[in-house]
Amino acid sequence: MDFWYKLVEILPFEWAKAGQMVFMKNALLAIILLTPIFALLGTMVVNNSMSFFSDALGHGAFTGVAIGGLLGFVQPLSSAVIFSVVFAFLIALIKHKSKMASDTVIGVFSSTAVALGIFLATLGGKNFAKLNTYLIGDILSITPKEISLLAVVLVFVVVFWFLVFNKLLIVSVNSSLAGSRGIYTFWYEVVFSCALAVIVTVSMSWIGLLVLNSFLVLPAASARNIARNQRQYHFLAVAFSIFAGIAGLIMSYYIETATGSTIVIILAIIFFITYGLRKKFA
Amino acid sequence: MKDVCISENSCQKQSCGLCCTKIKNFGVTLGSTVILDDINLHIHCGELTAIIGPNGAGKSTLIKALLGEIPHTGTLEYVQAQKDTFQAPVMGYVPQNLNLDSTSPTSVLDLFLSCRSSFPAWLIRRKKEVENVKEKLAAVNAQHLIDRRLGALSGGELQRVLLALALDPVPDLLLLDEPVSGIDQNGMEMFYQTVSSLRRDYDLTIILVSHDLDMVRRYADRVVLLNRTVLKAGSPDEVLQSQAFYDTFSLRWQKQNNTGGDKD
Repeated sequence: MDFWYKLVEILPFEWAKAGQMVFMKNALLAIILLTPIFALLGTMVVNNSMSFFSDALGHGAFTGVAIGGLLGFVQPLSSAVIFSVVFAFLIALIKHKSKMASDTVIGVFSSTAVALGIFLATLGGKNFAKLNTYLIGDILSITPKEISLLAVVLVFVVVFWFLVFNKLLIVSVNSSLAGSRGIYTFWYEVVFSCALAVIVTVSMSWIGLLVLNSFLVLPAASARNIARNQRQYHFLAVAFSIFAGIAGLIMSYYIETATGSTIVIILAIIFFITYGLRKKFA
Repeated sequence: MKDVCISENSCQKQSCGLCCTKIKNFGVTLGSTVILDDINLHIHCGELTAIIGPNGAGKSTLIKALLGEIPHTGTLEYVQAQKDTFQAPVMGYVPQNLNLDSTSPTSVLDLFLSCRSSFPAWLIRRKKEVENVKEKLAAVNAQHLIDRRLGALSGGELQRVLLALALDPVPDLLLLDEPVSGIDQNGMEMFYQTVSSLRRDYDLTIILVSHDLDMVRRYADRVVLLNRTVLKAGSPDEVLQSQAFYDTFSLRWQKQNNTGGDKD
């Protein structure tokens, strides 16, 4: 971390000076690690029309936190991860087994999860306010230890993306075609859903449940407007995501707003600009 | 199931005319609905077998059952002359359509690369692989489409691209599910000519679900009339002039002749 602090001192900002505003420097590094993770996974979320699904995962993670709190975990994160992975698996399984439209299945799970989460969190007349941090998120509260966890997650996601991307792409093109090439469609979907669940849960307390899904969907949706192949799609999504992340963090410092939502607003502006340009690139 | 994507085995096979595919007692039941029942077919390689039948006859279901995607009763046996052992045939499949929305930034090259290698298609594009993909596409007159997005292709172009993909690696059994509409007459002619030369060049067993009876008459070696079960199988003339064919399609023919369009 010392190396990072030295590096940031080069920046021409007041908070970047040596020994000042350590939380901003931590947050900056966290953003640089987090945004590419979301951008990479987001490309496939949008490819597979799963944005509603990833939204539901956040709700599942929230319930996980509430359950963790109830069982008396000091750090409810571990219970939340377990719960949301189980949650993601269940949705994938029922989507696969039943003929119901997938948005109905997701809707059922998602609203049940939120209700259960609030129910458990307020059980016995407890105050809900302490869970607000999960709804809004606070990237400035991130600690160096959590940042190293993020770095590990980033490495995992990149390796994961190397291993499964091709298969996931074929599945998204046509699942029968994937099947004819010996790809176990269902299991690839499960693995992807679970990876998504872990990321969403881990980052919930920093980004906030309410805007988290935008981190997945907006960079990919913007890149999609102007990309013509998977390579451009990935690089643009990651670039938009990192740019909006850094710009949003710095802006939120000066205009004193919640970081997560500031980033999302910048992402949204990028989306509408690329949307306007899409015909030029079609 | 073996991972056929990675295999580089695309060498031409020797024509033998002796290998055959036996579909025995195939049946598919979904819930309480019997979709396919008692299907028995014996197909030689180097033959183009067309499956025809009305809407909802179970044609696409048969293809999916052969692919192993839908649970079914009965067996699929593939016997090669040189080998005594039964082995699962390598399947090539041309789907009816894609699940992708038309704005998807997935190029033809992306699709091929992701099928051919395990290097992520968005990051690594090896020159040798790209050249190879061009060759495969050239075989179906589609080399110029390599950088186009899948969603930007016309129906005929997409079908040719998917055909090239199904031939990489060269399968034992090629299953084609023809789209109901969206392909112009020129594209159709080109597609049938390509498929028809394939069976000679590669000695493939080809099963084609078709909606165009005129093309079937001109290009197929054998025709299977399907409606829940096999109503009639034989040469195109035998089937297209049979009573069973007349019973199934007579109304349709009249409709088509009167309105002059809308084949299905």
